[in-house]
Amino acid sequence: MLKKIVAAAALTAAVSSPASADIKIGFVTTLTTPAAVVGRDMRDAVELALEHIGGRMGPEAVEVVYGDDEFNAQKGKQATERLLLRDDVDLVAGYIWSNVLLASAPVVLSAGKLLISANAGPAPLAGRRCHENFFNISWQNDQTPMALGELLNREAIRSLYIVAPNYVAGQNMVAGVERVFAGEVVGKDMTVWPSQRDWSAELSKIKAAGPEGVFMFYPGPAGPAFVKQYEQAGLIDAIPLFSVYTFDSISLPLFQEAGIDAVLGSKMTQFWAPDLRNDQNQKFVAAFRKKYGRYPSFYAAQSYDSMFFIKSAVEAVGGDVQDVDGMRSALRKAEFPSVRGQFRMGSNHFPVQNFYERTVVEDADGNWTTSVGPVVLEDHQDPYASQCEMGG
Amino acid sequence: MRSQLTPAHAVSALLISLCAAVPYLASALDEPFYVIVFARIMVWAIAAISLNLIMGFGGMISFGHAVYLGIGGYAVGILAFHDITSAWIQLPVAMGLCAVVALVFGVICLRTRGIYFIMITLALAQMVFFLSVSAERYGSDDGLNILWRSEFGSGIIDLEDGAVMYYTIFAALLGCLLLQWRIVVSRFGMVLRASQSNDTRVQAVGIPTYRYRLAAFVIAGVMCGLAGFLQANLERFVSPDMMNWHRSGELILMTVLGGTATLFGPLVGAVVFLLLSEILSTITIHWHLVFGPFLILVVLFARGGVMGLLGSRAARD
Amino acid sequence: MDYVLLIEQLLNGFQLGIILFLMAAGLTLVFGIMDLVNLAHGSLFMIGAFVGGTLTLATGSLMLGAVLMVPAMFAIGVLVETIALRTLYRRSHLDQVLATFGLILFFNEATRLIWGPEGLAVPLPDFLEGTVALGAGITYPLYRVVIIVIGILVALGLYLLVARTRFGMLVRAGASNRVMAGALGVNIPVLFSLVFGIGAVLAGLAGLIITPITQAAIGMGEDVLILAFVVIVIGGIGSVRGAFVAALLTGIIDTMGRSFLDVILLLFLSPNAAESAGPALSSMLIYILMAGILFFRPQGLFPPRSATAAP
Repeated sequence: MLKKIVAAAALTAAVSSPASADIKIGFVTTLTTPAAVVGRDMRDAVELALEHIGGRMGPEAVEVVYGDDEFNAQKGKQATERLLLRDDVDLVAGYIWSNVLLASAPVVLSAGKLLISANAGPAPLAGRRCHENFFNISWQNDQTPMALGELLNREAIRSLYIVAPNYVAGQNMVAGVERVFAGEVVGKDMTVWPSQRDWSAELSKIKAAGPEGVFMFYPGPAGPAFVKQYEQAGLIDAIPLFSVYTFDSISLPLFQEAGIDAVLGSKMTQFWAPDLRNDQNQKFVAAFRKKYGRYPSFYAAQSYDSMFFIKSAVEAVGGDVQDVDGMRSALRKAEFPSVRGQFRMGSNHFPVQNFYERTVVEDADGNWTTSVGPVVLEDHQDPYASQCEMGG
Repeated sequence: MRSQLTPAHAVSALLISLCAAVPYLASALDEPFYVIVFARIMVWAIAAISLNLIMGFGGMISFGHAVYLGIGGYAVGILAFHDITSAWIQLPVAMGLCAVVALVFGVICLRTRGIYFIMITLALAQMVFFLSVSAERYGSDDGLNILWRSEFGSGIIDLEDGAVMYYTIFAALLGCLLLQWRIVVSRFGMVLRASQSNDTRVQAVGIPTYRYRLAAFVIAGVMCGLAGFLQANLERFVSPDMMNWHRSGELILMTVLGGTATLFGPLVGAVVFLLLSEILSTITIHWHLVFGPFLILVVLFARGGVMGLLGSRAARD
Repeated sequence: MDYVLLIEQLLNGFQLGIILFLMAAGLTLVFGIMDLVNLAHGSLFMIGAFVGGTLTLATGSLMLGAVLMVPAMFAIGVLVETIALRTLYRRSHLDQVLATFGLILFFNEATRLIWGPEGLAVPLPDFLEGTVALGAGITYPLYRVVIIVIGILVALGLYLLVARTRFGMLVRAGASNRVMAGALGVNIPVLFSLVFGIGAVLAGLAGLIITPITQAAIGMGEDVLILAFVVIVIGGIGSVRGAFVAALLTGIIDTMGRSFLDVILLLFLSPNAAESAGPALSSMLIYILMAGILFFRPQGLFPPRSATAAP
């Protein structure tokens, strides 16, 4: 047994560290389970970023070691421990899911390392439990639905029905919309996540309630299934559908394949879009499409950004990643070319940025994508920033 | 059970010594990660031992056993959330709650047998699972972070110290192994084992097997609650996922893999199951493609699990 | 207005029940006759969705895909039975759980390798799109009506097969007393393969039929599997009739819970409490149902006549 363990340790060490790079970045995402479609987009974007920076940050060669959270908080925490203790990474980035990040954050932060979330933005880490070594390079969970609430007001929707999965991100999305939406919420269903894939009962209730708009939030492959059933129930032409994080470049090809024309014209809000006009974004989107043959999702955009974000800090300290204080002050400045254009880092280390209206459209080549519209919230800071007392 | 020495005994002894030596080996090899891995394995082993007590020796296949992991864990998490961090409160609450829940569940479940028993234990566990998912105050699906480990209030047992945490778990494991052995060889254990093979006959002799089975069910629940208490402290995190039916299934798998109705089978099963997943998953993300057939092969060629393969006579039949 | 919603929700529950029945029918037969706990039955549901979906996309027709899927699933079922499961019949339930769990891992990963992690979307043919008016102000999605009709037809066919044919007689004999059936000179291995093949076709059909609604995803069978186990335990193991009744009961109660529980809770609780208790209680409902039924009828609603079939 002992021999086996030593052999195993030697074997795993041999497998996971091909070259001895100067800087090792751990990147936790989902590589197995159906949610791996998201992880693949993030990983592809990180690889593209590494290509674009020539595998170097400042004077140092960089290596990214991936950890698989298996779509599970406990497993994600274990992957984080593996990266820190076995692979000896210098800092940790990634994280799609709020619950995985919440479980893993103490591991990284108590080790005194920097933690950079490339997607998850749960309220506790933006407010009461904010930390000087934690940065978010995407958005806080509440911001996008708040923008959507504002969009609903602009569209003069007076009565709204809400359908979302019953887990924390789902509850956050609903709370965000309700915080800003001025009309009446006539019905609300929180469904079992992630197993429920048939919404017949909820759709019948929506039909009976007859609202002026429906807000839904189903990330990943559940979204297309919901919209398909929404169409089959004859609702899609009758009641406009609003959503966040549901129509993206991961789900839109599935919609197109299934021929659900009705999603064309559907509106959402987001901090970024593939056709947002700035040099970095145009370069990123074009290169991503060329290399992988599909549009990047917002997960990919954030992951791409995360590498340039880290690079800016590594360069500021001349490659000495042990200088956490130096890295931190550089990260606070957020001086790097972002695919979202200009933004600044807020006091709680979450971005203060614009949120745009986005509409599902068909591009010149006949692919479905989203097109960016007017700014809905300008230089928006999340509502938890005031609760954050940064002290460590 | 007290037969001559077999390879199974040797492996068991080796495993125990290995568990004792891991912190030293890990620091010598500069692989601190494996300390956490083995701490985790030992916690699962305690849970598997508790399941083996009713499943292996009592024939009660519980498909909801992880619920006690969750209850034990949430007792720590919720009390810590309300700033009650004393282990002298947390531990009795965790084990007491598990005892009460196991008693209630046992009264309902023990009316049934076979697959019906399996499914009703699942059903009851699912109810607690959904309860924890909807507890918004305590993080619902996201679970609860535990900022401070349980405090024993003495200088000796300070769980914040990694080595103390490790050896606390190790001591608990030894204690549970010992308790399991004492129970199995006692009159109580004999009635339990006899009721598994022929309940009617044992009842005919005038022994109220129901009470014995219920008592075993409660003891197993409390022991698993201890595992939950340790897991919450080790991970500093609890979530509904701890009592997901997948976890209950994994507990069954570990026990069967190691060898049901053997004293060391659950420990061996936990080591093989978790270490193999750990190793395979770092080699390829498609590791299930190898792990799945491995489980089938164990069933086909290693009757009575790994312990059976090693010639433990206690395993099976 | 209210009764329209009520009837629609009944139909929704009925349709969920039909899917559960297709899953449970094979499961209960395999369990009842072969005494095999087959966790991999959920994998057959998933494989049916992916194989049938691929055939649908290749032929451009859902009907053709479904027709071609039947022999394919039958072959897969017989193959799985012969290669992996046949040796397990004489083993304990625990060994069967371990081995068939291994099969789940294998099938999930194999599916990911073949079809990729994103799953498969199967479009509905145009003539099945949209809603139909059922009178009295009720409009209902046409495809869900089709599912209900297909399910009832399959249930009827299965009933005739089991109740009226020689094959069915053997199956019933096997379900109530395996040893006796063997003594009567029945070719047990062939009977088992046939039953397993039929179970695989039914599970595959359930998977394919639901795919235009939910899409095919890896692991889609596992949650349905647990529900199907709930159904066969409520119905009584080995009883197709029991599976049918229990499936409809489970489907309707689950749907009714999701539809009306929050309204009912409002009568007793504050809006806030009702809002948080509603989803929890409605997810628990079928488990409460099962625990309740087993408490009063420990062998389910329609227990097999002979006790020897029960483990």
